[in-house]
Amino acid sequence: MRFVDEFRDAEKARALSAKITSLCEPGREYRFMEVCGGHTHTIYKHGLEDYLPPSITLVHGPGCPVCVIPMGRVDDAIHIARQPGVLMTSFGDMMRVPGSGGNFFDSNAEGTNIRMVYSPLDSLKIARQNPDQQVVFMAIGFETTAPSTAMTVLRAAAEKIDNFSIFCNHVTIIPAIKAILDSPDLRLDGFIGPGHVSTVIGCRPYEFIARDYGKPVVVAGFEPLDILQSIYLLMLQLAEGRSEVENQYTRVVPWDGNLVALRAIGEVMELRPYFEWRGLGFISHSAMRVREEFAAFDAERIFSVPGVRVADPKACQCGEVLKGVLKPWECKVFGTACTPETPIGTCMVSPEGACAAYYNFGRFTRSRVREASRV
Amino acid sequence: MCLGIPGEIVEISQDRPDLAKVAVSGVKRTINIGLLTDDPPVPGDWILIHVGFALSKIDEDEARAAMDFLESIGKAYEDELAALRDSRID
Repeated sequence: MRFVDEFRDAEKARALSAKITSLCEPGREYRFMEVCGGHTHTIYKHGLEDYLPPSITLVHGPGCPVCVIPMGRVDDAIHIARQPGVLMTSFGDMMRVPGSGGNFFDSNAEGTNIRMVYSPLDSLKIARQNPDQQVVFMAIGFETTAPSTAMTVLRAAAEKIDNFSIFCNHVTIIPAIKAILDSPDLRLDGFIGPGHVSTVIGCRPYEFIARDYGKPVVVAGFEPLDILQSIYLLMLQLAEGRSEVENQYTRVVPWDGNLVALRAIGEVMELRPYFEWRGLGFISHSAMRVREEFAAFDAERIFSVPGVRVADPKACQCGEVLKGVLKPWECKVFGTACTPETPIGTCMVSPEGACAAYYNFGRFTRSRVREASRV
Repeated sequence: MCLGIPGEIVEISQDRPDLAKVAVSGVKRTINIGLLTDDPPVPGDWILIHVGFALSKIDEDEARAAMDFLESIGKAYEDELAALRDSRID
């Protein structure tokens, strides 16, 4: 733990911890959701729950784009990759996400050509270099990566590249947060807002949470002290009876977001009527598809996509973990049948998934023992 | 994929103003700066890079903080950096 090594940070963390504790009302339980998988990572890595009083629980949210891709979409991608002449490209994070008949690596062992790329622009370059292949980019991610996909499609259109398309699985964070707020089995007191997504969408889209649901939101950075300070700001709002959107991460997040990025997304993509999220089910207007004007770059229009819905494995409780109803270690297969090496569920695949983060950094801390003994 | 990697702008491409050479952890790679046209970066500026695109300008302190965070993550960051090293955007 870095706090221990860096005395000044540890001192600051303890000071924040004391301020947070002083704001706790006796007998009241507080539950805050950190929406972003990056935050989940910081919380486990630095054991931040140990700096919080027992009455505050951090609930891990759905903000890991790999984790929310349903099995059916992985199957669809593999189906496209199996078409003659197709060379599929994907971010490395996606390669080990299981579909109903295996993941991308398994599929390659059976003859498909799915290559890892760092950027959609690398995928476009592969298309230029392989004019006899249909190069498909497996596009995933929240608003953090959607602008990059959109810019790449615009570039492909400008260069009139006719062997490049995207299989669009971009999702939007706001409808997922709304679905969680409307979920009857979860009571939350506030949100630690995502950092990088907010770089693009800004802080305004969260205003309905404060206004209509009366819950405070604090957009937070990724350092341990950022998260502790954000929890302090949430507690202060509750203590003062306020519910507002605050930006703790002003060093990176502009209030209005990145307008160029938003324009690029809007030019190339439009909202789907609905989209399936792993664990959360179908959510209205929660994902994006390619606009008609860019149909030539839309793998879903170029290839037949089965679109079969595949139920999650029975043993897997990713859904409950993604909604924050279960802690990772409360899942029946956590750490036994399901590990980062042989993941059953998506939360164990991505390093930002709550299960993988906890598996990698899980420590028998006081809070861990307390949680475990409640089960 | 979701990780924002800090980089320092080394030079802007002469014939493609939406591309820039950046230094990231000792390696120089080309990235796209087309999402920052409202406030274009110049050599010496620090930016946060997501999947080959600069998404925001940051100051040097934030770049260091972001690097600390990434290094604390370990393998995921090493994988991302390895992927960036293999990237040949143009």
